[in-house]
Amino acid sequence: MDEFNNLMGGFAVALTLPNIGFMLVGILLGVLIGVLPGLGGANGVAILLPLTFSMSPTSAIIMLSCIYWGALFGGAITSILFNIPGEPWSVATTFDGYPMAQKNRAAQALTAAFTSSFVGALVAVIMVTFLAPVVAKFALKFGPPEFFAVQLLTFCSFIGMSKEPPVKTLLAMMLGFALAAVGLDSVTGTLRMTFGFEGLLQGFDFLIAVIGLFGIGEILLTMEEGLAFKGKGGKITLRDVLETWKELPKYWATSIRSCLIGCWMGITPGGATPASFMSYGVAKRFSKDPESFGKGNIEGVVAPETAAHAAGTAALLPMLTLGIPGSPTAAVLLGGLLIWGLQPGPLLFTEQKDFVWGLIASMYLGNIVGLIVVLTTVPWWAAILRIPFPIIAPVIVVICAVGAYTVHSKMLDVVMMLVFGLIGYAFKKLKYPLAPLVLALVLGDMAESSFRQSMLISSGSLGVFWNNPLSGSIATLGLLLLVWPLISKLWGVIRK
Amino acid sequence: MESKEKTIQMRWMELVVSAFFILLGAIVIKDSFRTGFQWGSDGPQPGYFPFYIGLILVTGAIWVAIQTLITWKKDDGQETFAKVEEFKLVLKMLVPTIIYVAVLIFLGLYIASILFIAFFMVWQGKYSYFKSFSVGFIVCAILFGLFELWFLVPLPKGPIEALFGY
Repeated sequence: MDEFNNLMGGFAVALTLPNIGFMLVGILLGVLIGVLPGLGGANGVAILLPLTFSMSPTSAIIMLSCIYWGALFGGAITSILFNIPGEPWSVATTFDGYPMAQKNRAAQALTAAFTSSFVGALVAVIMVTFLAPVVAKFALKFGPPEFFAVQLLTFCSFIGMSKEPPVKTLLAMMLGFALAAVGLDSVTGTLRMTFGFEGLLQGFDFLIAVIGLFGIGEILLTMEEGLAFKGKGGKITLRDVLETWKELPKYWATSIRSCLIGCWMGITPGGATPASFMSYGVAKRFSKDPESFGKGNIEGVVAPETAAHAAGTAALLPMLTLGIPGSPTAAVLLGGLLIWGLQPGPLLFTEQKDFVWGLIASMYLGNIVGLIVVLTTVPWWAAILRIPFPIIAPVIVVICAVGAYTVHSKMLDVVMMLVFGLIGYAFKKLKYPLAPLVLALVLGDMAESSFRQSMLISSGSLGVFWNNPLSGSIATLGLLLLVWPLISKLWGVIRK
Repeated sequence: MESKEKTIQMRWMELVVSAFFILLGAIVIKDSFRTGFQWGSDGPQPGYFPFYIGLILVTGAIWVAIQTLITWKKDDGQETFAKVEEFKLVLKMLVPTIIYVAVLIFLGLYIASILFIAFFMVWQGKYSYFKSFSVGFIVCAILFGLFELWFLVPLPKGPIEALFGY
């Protein structure tokens, strides 16, 4: 029951007045970010990160993670009312959410979406509460070879499980690695690929990349679609909520399946977006009435929302325990930890108890606060979407520029943001995935130094990764995932 | 061919992006020669990983390019990257943004942002000058309050703010 006591301690940390205030501010900002085009979980948190430099790490992570929960909630509003997914993980929600809104069942769809998000998050948080300390204890024994094996698994699973063509995933990831290698080599101190530019000495910061890729890239895409926001008004009465809640327990099976998919996809770096699609697909396959999917079946809202929120929450588990983020937003939070002077990884659980358990407690509280906030304030957010694009677009560009500048107070970063914006736009259109690029940029240096440290231990022999069963099995699993696309293709050929 | 609408073809863009990757890979490989790309006595030299990253970039990009060329005839420009009309819209956002960043470097963030928001609203939204500049001014006032006063994070300022003592 150690976890329980720790958790209670965490609640004591999270339940102070300033922290509840930060929680509320975070949720509101998060929903706003989730609703606005071009601002999302990852880049929203990245932009607001500099604001937390002067805060205590615990308050800072509470606010930032609440922004993340808020963004997860907010994505559903635009998908259901406007058929515009505010976030990539809410694309699957539009399939049935928007048809429901057109049949004047918007209130039910929204209630179902928010409630299932909440359930998904809650299940994932409970899992984090009890699993994270175990993983952390286990990971204390990790040396460089084990860490490299886990990192290898992370990268390989991206290639093996990606929906995009494996070659394009590989290319996007290698671009991330190449950018990560720029600057001072951490092992020998050699300068790499700076070509005499002083501005490149510190290399590329992934926060800038995130703001550009997701922010500016998204604005360009939105502009291309020539958006005129036309949508249903959203108003939820208490009766709608209660009626929908009465109906929801019927979908318990879908809910459990979606939670499982979400937790799994969040821990292994699949992320919320594939989790939502997969869960939608599974719900449809198991349904007695698959024909009604896409025409306003409430189950088609429950499934993706539960999975997306579960995955988004579960992604924090590897981030906290191993220092390996499961999604771009978790990567940004990880960047925050480093800036506040905390070293993510297993030691966090023994040395920064207040921080870790405060965060976990705030995950429970933040989602309860979030659910209440979104259920009561939907009409306002819908009104924000009616602000015409010619006003919203330049304001978002300005916010992105501010965010990019404040990370290091460097003007060059604003220019880099613009370049990353162009890359983001082109990549989205050509189906190059962005998440592997970001994670490779974050983990590139770490993976390289743990690899080279392992080599120093073994004096240059690759066998070190298979010296003990732990790193050996992780590394083998990683390699299996890497060749998975080939295996499944071969299997298809053989079966014919 | 039924529609005569002008489009930017996907196959060309695939080639352009492949070329970008090949160029990038070549740069990475060239630099890895300088820093040493071999397996030293105590493991890889600094350029060892970049060398293979570059190699994978080049090979992967050539692979994509070959795939594009194989389906070149079959595709016949059917798959579109964007319609020219759509792309013009993108440029209408992109070009002002580039100019905004350039102005920002010289005049600081606040002035550049007011000008950018006001210009875009007048140009794309047909709002009156008064309304447009008001929105720009309000946004910057909020930024100033939030960053400079509340959270004490300085934003870049130019010659005009200097006149006011900032």
